[in-house]
Amino acid sequence: MRAVVVEKLSKTYRVADKTPGLRGAVRHLVRRRHRVVPAVREISFSIEPGEVVGFLGANGAGKTTVMKMLTGLVHPTSGTVRVVGHEPRRRRAALLRQITLVMGNKQQLVWDLPAGDTLRLNAAIYGIPDAEARRRTDALCGALGLGRDQELTQPVRKLSLGQRMKCELVAALLHHPKVLFLDEPTLGLDVNAQTAVRDFVRRYNAEHGASVLLTSHYMADITALCDRVIVIHRGRLHFDGRLDELAARFAPERQVRVELADPADAGVLSAYGAVEKVEGRAATLRVARDDVPGAVNRLLSRHRVVDLTVADAPIDEVVEKLFADADADASADAERTA
Amino acid sequence: MRRYGKTLCRFWGVSVAAEMEYRANFVISCLTTVLTLGGALFTVGLLFQNGHTPGGYSWPAALTVLGVYTLLDGLQQTLLAPNRAALTEHVRSGTLDFVLLKPMHAQFWLSLRRFSPWGLTDVAGGLALVAYAGWCLGVSPRAALTGGVAVLLGGVILYAVGFLLATLTIWFVKLYNITIAMSALLEAGRYPIQAYPAVYRAFFTAVLPVAFMTSVPAAALRGEAGVWWLVGLAAVSGATFGASCLFWRFALRFYTSASS
Repeated sequence: MRAVVVEKLSKTYRVADKTPGLRGAVRHLVRRRHRVVPAVREISFSIEPGEVVGFLGANGAGKTTVMKMLTGLVHPTSGTVRVVGHEPRRRRAALLRQITLVMGNKQQLVWDLPAGDTLRLNAAIYGIPDAEARRRTDALCGALGLGRDQELTQPVRKLSLGQRMKCELVAALLHHPKVLFLDEPTLGLDVNAQTAVRDFVRRYNAEHGASVLLTSHYMADITALCDRVIVIHRGRLHFDGRLDELAARFAPERQVRVELADPADAGVLSAYGAVEKVEGRAATLRVARDDVPGAVNRLLSRHRVVDLTVADAPIDEVVEKLFADADADASADAERTA
Repeated sequence: MRRYGKTLCRFWGVSVAAEMEYRANFVISCLTTVLTLGGALFTVGLLFQNGHTPGGYSWPAALTVLGVYTLLDGLQQTLLAPNRAALTEHVRSGTLDFVLLKPMHAQFWLSLRRFSPWGLTDVAGGLALVAYAGWCLGVSPRAALTGGVAVLLGGVILYAVGFLLATLTIWFVKLYNITIAMSALLEAGRYPIQAYPAVYRAFFTAVLPVAFMTSVPAAALRGEAGVWWLVGLAAVSGATFGASCLFWRFALRFYTSASS
């Protein structure tokens, strides 16, 4: 059975339209105007058991709305959703025991009390026997580098952001869910904490065979964890495939970074590709994918090369280009319609 | 059921632990109870000055109403008000998401998650007042038992009306005044319903069921409530509780969850 199946899923919100200023506020109080905003438009995809999928999109693209529909928090306007065979909006206990949602900007831990108290509470809610809950807590804390007698015994308000997120993960995974919805789990964390969270998610996925749908604005999270990405923009699905396919499709050029023995000359290097940057003896070129072997050969034969690397364009640039292309297509469509 | 029982114990354990961080609250709460109860006794006492018997009530009979009111006010402060406030806060901050994601009845969670021990001083004050009035009136054990059940049903009505109003927070988000509205509503039940003019009596019986929260349970305690009043109490209690459950399920269809 597939972990997640989404077919033609749509969600529209009715939002209040309010003009700024006192006049607008008074008018809004007396006579409200609303408009319908399509947040998600007919998207379809599925996720296999054990798969880790990156869910990309700019702010307001509809990622969180999709996550909320997948967890049953928000009811779809149309389309169907199945998560481990259940319809999420029915909120059946059999489904809720198998899923979890972690949000980087919201927390379930009780602010004034140690995280250990929330864990005990969650153990009771999920009906996990005390001894088993302790064993699971130890295992999860060990994997995250948390001390059972340190971080778990301090009031949550005294913990750092990184420690709090790690405790959130323990609370969210205590019941060993099979499907993880992670909405910006590394938001605001420093590099070390980001790496720890990433490693932990990878390990949990490997040990429990759990499916993961991950949104993050840190591309390092996506490249480190996900082979497959789904990209949505303005509520529409624009790409669903392997990460390397995304780069190949939306970044037809590759980056060639070269360090020469002599100072680099932009005029000379432009014979091999578009010169992006020249700094002393180092230069970065953009070369069409098919031309890379020829350009590298010529560089190596005509210059004294100290170092040379070929890489895809950074994934965030690729995604930015995808969004720009999608916006351009939408504008062109609008003009044609007009 | 065992899972729910264990969870409830932990809910309240966590709540009490959180409240213990603020010890001064206990002293203030005791002081408030003594002053409020003293003030109420003084006001009720004024009604009985110069041999007056408002609505045919004797002094101990009026104390049963005041006792039931104080008891329910204690219940309100211990359980109902903290949980209504928490529901509004959950919706405003978006943490209702975490409640809805747990394999537990959401209404159970949202009605019983918070427990503020400071309201227990009012519960104790109310019980003492009811016991004293019962002793003065020579209430039979059977009437005491019927009265106990009637007080419970009155508490259910108070809970259900409050939860119905709190559910509106799904649409209107900021409804912090619900607690004030509910206190004002219960306040009307502080004095015997017969002490009010006929129009108010009808309003507090048929529209806002205040009479069913305090006066009818107090009458049951005294062994004076007719069968039809008790049937009416049970019916109103069941109907308001059922309505609160149905309205909550209906409201969840409109929950949009605070944005991230």
